Amino acid sequence: MTIIYLITIFAMSVFLGFELITKVPATLHTPLMSGSNAISGITIVGAIGVLLTGLAVADVGIVPFLLGGVALFFATINVVGGFVVSHRMLSKFRGRRS
Amino acid sequence: MNYEILNNVKDVVVALLYLTSAIFFILGIKNLAKPKTAPRGNLLGASGMLIAVLTAFIDFGFVINVQAELIESRFDYWYIIVIALVLGAGVGLTSALGVKMTGMPQMVAVFNGLGGGASLLVAGVFYVLAIGGAEVLETPALVATALSGSIGAITFSGSFIAYGKLQGLAIVPDKPVTFPGDLAVKGLLLVGLIVLSGVLVVSADAAHWYWLIVAGGLVLGVLLVIGIGGADMPVVISLLNSYSGLAAASTGFVLGNIVLIIAGSLVGASGIILTSIMCKAMNRSLTNVLFGGFGGTPTSKTQDDIYEGKVTATSADEVAMILDSAQRVVIVPGYGMAVARAATPVRQLTEALEARGVDVVFGVHPVAGRMPGHMNVLLAEENIPYEKLLDLDSVNPSFPHTDVAIVLGANDVVNPLAREKDSEIAGMPILDVDKARTCVVIKRSLSPGFAGIPNPLFANDNTLMYFGDGKKAVEDLVKAYKEL
Repeated sequence: MTIIYLITIFAMSVFLGFELITKVPATLHTPLMSGSNAISGITIVGAIGVLLTGLAVADVGIVPFLLGGVALFFATINVVGGFVVSHRMLSKFRGRRS
Repeated sequence: MNYEILNNVKDVVVALLYLTSAIFFILGIKNLAKPKTAPRGNLLGASGMLIAVLTAFIDFGFVINVQAELIESRFDYWYIIVIALVLGAGVGLTSALGVKMTGMPQMVAVFNGLGGGASLLVAGVFYVLAIGGAEVLETPALVATALSGSIGAITFSGSFIAYGKLQGLAIVPDKPVTFPGDLAVKGLLLVGLIVLSGVLVVSADAAHWYWLIVAGGLVLGVLLVIGIGGADMPVVISLLNSYSGLAAASTGFVLGNIVLIIAGSLVGASGIILTSIMCKAMNRSLTNVLFGGFGGTPTSKTQDDIYEGKVTATSADEVAMILDSAQRVVIVPGYGMAVARAATPVRQLTEALEARGVDVVFGVHPVAGRMPGHMNVLLAEENIPYEKLLDLDSVNPSFPHTDVAIVLGANDVVNPLAREKDSEIAGMPILDVDKARTCVVIKRSLSPGFAGIPNPLFANDNTLMYFGDGKKAVEDLVKAYKEL
C-alpha cells in the first residue's frame, strides 16, 4: 500500500470530519466529544494487531507483548468507557416534555 | 482448496469489513451532531468499533500460508488479549457507570489520555517487532512512528495533568504554573523532539530513540497543560481530544491500516473544530490560550473605584418578590453552579416559576464550565429540555425584554468590560445580562473571575448582588418564592 494512497484517505477524512461537525449545537459538545473520543480508541485494532502478528516476526521476548497488552487495556477502557458514558449522557438529553 | 484464491478472498473481505466499520463511524459522528439522532449516532459508532475489533481478529489472527497450503492461527498470546480486554472493559464500564455528571470533564480527559497512551504503545511495539524481525520500515512509516510517539505521549501526560486540575488535586494547581524561561524550555523540547524524530528516521533500527521521543513528549505534555489555567480547560480538552485522534491516525500510517487513519482523522478534525469554537468564544487565539499563562493573577487596581458604594446587596425574599412580578426569566449558569452542585435547586426554581406561568430559559455561554457543553450536561441531568438551553446568538436579542436575568456562578462571560477595547477580555462575546430589567447575581463574594479583572456589572443600578453559596442561595430563593 503506497503512502500516497494513505495520505489521500487521511486528507479526505479530515475534510469529511470538518464537514460533519461544523454547526453542531453547543448542547451536544460534551457527548460529541466523549463519543468521538471513544472512536479514537480505534487504536484497539492496532493493539490486537501487534499482539497477534508479533510471534511470527521474531523472538523478541515477552516484554513487547506485555506493552501491547497494556495498549490493549488502555484502548479498551477508552472504547468501552467512552461509548457507555456518552450513552448515559445522551439518554438524559430530552426534548420538550409532551 | 486453492490457497491463493482463499488468501485473496480473505484480503478483500477484511478490507470490506474495515470499510464497513469506517462507514459506521462516519454515520455515527454525523448523527452525534443533532440532538434527536445523537443516541443513534453513539450506537452506530459502538457498532462500528465492534465490527473493527472482530475484523482485526480475522485479519491478524489467521494467516493463510500459500506455499505450505495451510491456515496458521496466531493466538499464542491469547491470554494477554483476554486479560487486557476483560480488565479494560471492566474498568471502562465501572468508571463510566459510576461517574457523576459533575465529574464528566475529568472522565473525558482520562479517556483522551488513555487513547493517546495506547497509540504510542502500539506504534512502539510495532517498531520494536520490526527491528527484532530485521524488517526495514520505509521512511513514511518511520516518520509516522515518531509522530505517534510524540503526539501520543503529549496527549497521555497532558490529559492526566488536565485531570488533576479538573479534579482539584493538590499537586496540580488550578492556576497556570509558570516559571522563568518556561516558553524557552517548551520550545527546546519541541525542537528536541523534531531532531530525535529525524535521528529515528535515519537510523531506522534503534528502539531507544523511540522511547526517548516518548519521554520528551511526556515532559512536554506536562509543561504545556500545567501552564494553562482551569477556566481554559474547555480549549485544552478539545485539543487533547483532537490529538488522541491524530495519534490514532498516525499509528494507522505505521501499520498501514485504513480504518485507524479514517477514524483517527475524523476525531482529529472534530476536536480541532471544537477547539476553534472555544477559542472564538473567548476571542483569543489558540497560541494565547496555550502559551499566554492567562488568568490567576488578579489585578485589583480599579476594583475599589468600580465597586465602592455602588454595589446593592439583596436577599432571597427580595429576589422572590421581583420574580413574582416577572414574565420572562433567563438563568445564566457558570462553573460556580457545577462547583456548588446547584443544578437541582435550579431545576426546582425553574419548575416553581413555570408553575406560575413564567417563561424560563437558560443562556449558556460556550466556555461556561470546564469543558465544551458542560452546563448542558448538568442541566440535562435535571431533565431540563434542551430547547430551553439557548446559545449566545439566540438568547442575547431577548435580554431587553427579559424581566429578570439570574447569573449563577458565572463572571467573565457576563462582564461588560468585554465591550471595551482596552480590557483584558476585549472582544470576547458575552451574555448581555445587563440589558435585562433586573439582573440578580448569585455569588459568594465580589472576587474576580478567571480573567482576574473586576466586573462593572456588579455595580450597575439594575444589578442586585445575592451573596451566598450557590446551592443554598437558590434553595432559599425557591422556598421564599413558594411562600409568596
